[in-house]
Amino acid sequence: MIDLTLLADGGMGWLDASGPSSHLVLSTRIRLARNLAGYPFVGRNSDRERETILRDVEAAAADTILLRRAARFRLDRLDQGDRLLLHERHLVSRELAGLEPNGRVRYGAALLAQDRIGVMLNEEDHLRLQGLHSGFALEAAYAEVDRLDTELGSRLGFAFHPEFGYLTACPTNVGTGLRASVLIHLPGLVLTKEVTRVLQGLTQVGLTFRGLYGEGSEVVGNFFQLSNQTTLGKTEAELLDHLGKVVRQVMEYEEQARQVLLRSAPAIIEDKVWRAFGLLRYARSMSFDEAMNLLSGVRLGVGTGLVPGVSMYTLNKLLVHTQPAHLAAAEGLPLGDPALAIRRATHVRRVLEDEAGRRA
Amino acid sequence: MTCDQCHEREAIVHLTQIVDAEVTTLHLCERCAAERGVEAPAVGKSPLGSFLAAMGKELEGAALPGAATGEACARCGATLRNFRETGRLGCSECWRNFEPQLRELVRRLHGSTFHVGERYSVPGDDAGSERSRLGALREQLRVAIETENFELAAELRDRLRVME
Repeated sequence: MIDLTLLADGGMGWLDASGPSSHLVLSTRIRLARNLAGYPFVGRNSDRERETILRDVEAAAADTILLRRAARFRLDRLDQGDRLLLHERHLVSRELAGLEPNGRVRYGAALLAQDRIGVMLNEEDHLRLQGLHSGFALEAAYAEVDRLDTELGSRLGFAFHPEFGYLTACPTNVGTGLRASVLIHLPGLVLTKEVTRVLQGLTQVGLTFRGLYGEGSEVVGNFFQLSNQTTLGKTEAELLDHLGKVVRQVMEYEEQARQVLLRSAPAIIEDKVWRAFGLLRYARSMSFDEAMNLLSGVRLGVGTGLVPGVSMYTLNKLLVHTQPAHLAAAEGLPLGDPALAIRRATHVRRVLEDEAGRRA
Repeated sequence: MTCDQCHEREAIVHLTQIVDAEVTTLHLCERCAAERGVEAPAVGKSPLGSFLAAMGKELEGAALPGAATGEACARCGATLRNFRETGRLGCSECWRNFEPQLRELVRRLHGSTFHVGERYSVPGDDAGSERSRLGALREQLRVAIETENFELAAELRDRLRVME
């Protein structure tokens, strides 16, 4: 198994619920797509060229401040469980980890990561600089990734066009190469059936939404990733400002929906939240999807003050450690083992018992 | 992941529905998705697939001779046909070779064709490379101080003094 202790907090600092608006927003992610001038894009280059890109970027990174101590993972040398583990920690994309249907890991696919930032190498673009912060923290997350961009850009030659900006393999990313995403929990809007309207509104203002794991992923546990759709024609600050304003608006809608629920159907909401808590506390077998949905219910309970004594950090950790690859690694079982559902329920029970014990 | 309907074929369509306040996701293979009237991703895995498929005819049109003759990028050999199939360009030179077609596509995708964000110049490429090296060192110094890396900051300050 890979050694994630190489990363501060195992690369999970973003889960500590210390950031702004952590009761609604799990994390903020910034990524910048960059390519090296002089090499074909990843879909058309050779193994040798990808190896060279890897070497050049690693050499440049070793000379930076932000990545000089980076842990390095060669995805193409890891087994599926480890690749899925890195993906579940939101450190690599499905594409880099070769987890797409019928996908395979590309030769030279790698991750350099240090604290909250990192670079995916030989993903759809040569470099995907990324930063992950706890809570709603667009400016702070961008500032850090921007610094890394400056550090790497002064040591490497990026492909840049005077009119189109930073050139990318896919025209949806060209220009700034910036994708900012906010992972937000919206159970109130789902329960009041307002969520469709809100999400449709997003697409009309140049934003988009995805599921828990980003591009191509499904919505589970009422988690939505809101991000900018366009990357060109606005400055980085304008793109962040626009997304930030809309996210604040969505947060307000969510708070209002929760108030409406608590006012008009307090008994139903209370029952829903405590049922979720009860199942997590006492069930003996649990699928990942069920765990996610129940954790969503308890999170709503904690956020509205109905469930005392459970911290968001604990819920965040449960979210991560009940995922298939994390659980399989911790339990020493192969991925997909039927016993995992039982182990998942045991793990959740133990964590919640400990939390209750600390409270007592 | 196998298809939720036939339980045989690989699911390639992930349909998220919101019914009665419950968000559910159906995983369907291409055939079962078609039976339910859900379109499979138009071209390969590309998120641009359907958009490009819709634009396909225009890209092939007579107004765009490059597409009609299958003209290839001089550097990487990729054609507009390759781009339509994968949603991805072959190299940075493709952006110059297929500039008119891409400009139109970029306008439709982003509502603009002009990058107004951060500018970039390749290090060592401009006349002011000495100046940009100084700039990079000052930037490093700023980051070193911000991150309380004082040993490195002292080293950088010395290097800057020599250069200035």
